[in-house]
Amino acid sequence: MAKTLISTHDIAVLGASESIDITDGIDDTYNEYEFHFVGIHAETLHTDFEFQVNASDDEGGDFDTSLITSNFFRNYQGESEDTGGPTYKTDRDLAVTAGYQELSYMIDQDDNDECLSGMLTLYDPASTTYLKHFQSRTNANHHNGEYTLECFAAGYIGTDDPTDQPAITEIRFRFDSGDIDAGVIKMFGVS
Amino acid sequence: MGLTLIKTLTADDDSELEFIDGSDDVVLDNTYNEYQFYFVNIQPDTNADILSFQVDVVDGTTYGQSITSTAMEAEHDEGDTGTALQYRSNRDQSNDAEYQQLSEYIYNSAGDESASGVLTLYDPSNPTYLKHWMSVVNAYGNDVSQVSYHAGYIHQTSAIDRIRFAMTINDMSISGNISTGTIYMYGVS
Repeated sequence: MAKTLISTHDIAVLGASESIDITDGIDDTYNEYEFHFVGIHAETLHTDFEFQVNASDDEGGDFDTSLITSNFFRNYQGESEDTGGPTYKTDRDLAVTAGYQELSYMIDQDDNDECLSGMLTLYDPASTTYLKHFQSRTNANHHNGEYTLECFAAGYIGTDDPTDQPAITEIRFRFDSGDIDAGVIKMFGVS
Repeated sequence: MGLTLIKTLTADDDSELEFIDGSDDVVLDNTYNEYQFYFVNIQPDTNADILSFQVDVVDGTTYGQSITSTAMEAEHDEGDTGTALQYRSNRDQSNDAEYQQLSEYIYNSAGDESASGVLTLYDPSNPTYLKHWMSVVNAYGNDVSQVSYHAGYIHQTSAIDRIRFAMTINDMSISGNISTGTIYMYGVS
């Protein structure tokens, strides 16, 4: 197995932004793509970090047509011994929904030393036969900043027509409110 | 780029395996914003010890950084008599400065037991943020396959430039040596 860096999206270079949209480089060159998040810092307190995609039949679209079905669970631990998990979070999963899939939630930022790091794997986005599977694992400063929050999300993306599963070619990462104020997203191809 | 192999350390009944920036060709600075440590067939000298790590700042020697972490484990035994998915409250930390455990018990009595997995350390040289990390390790313990998921942050905004792996017992205190096994350190770019 080898990982090849395809692109780096650094807020220090791009400037604070409502989203990081990756619209090049997702194709059939690799059948597995990894997105690594390093030091993702939110402008707004207690926001959720999330993603959606555009398929080839909606390139340049508003990231609002691909249907996601997913599961989501988490562990947390407070600096003062307040533990939870593993707990399934029914308010963080999706069921054949064109909404954004959360990768973490209620992320803290007000002490300015908080952030999120982790990884999302997207499998075979160029397939025109299968639904597109994904898995993610992230760790973030949570709630009032005195918690570590580990989130696991997984699922698949596609249409509700089994005979029509267009390739995924674009992906957007964002907070559900406010800008991404700092951080880097690296996209790798896995071969 | 991708994964760049920085350093390989192979245990030979060592009390610790240590990676220090600038020492023995180790790079642990802002050259990379993501580092991965792959554990291959780590076996303790003392039966049922637990693979663990700590870090320190530049020129630090105490390896006592405060860590807040989560610990989740799933297991299944060879006799197919028991399974579990559970939070391991004795392996997490709440702003404590102990060695952070990464596995369950690693046995050594039959000679074919060990633990393998990976630890990812994010942006250790960042001067602003707490240092996040995540790990997954599978260990053989008493005829049980045990996979451990740990994650957390090091409560330190100064640069971390060294990491040490050692064996601990349940109370997180240092125990016996690392008998065998290899740790590969990679930079991810």
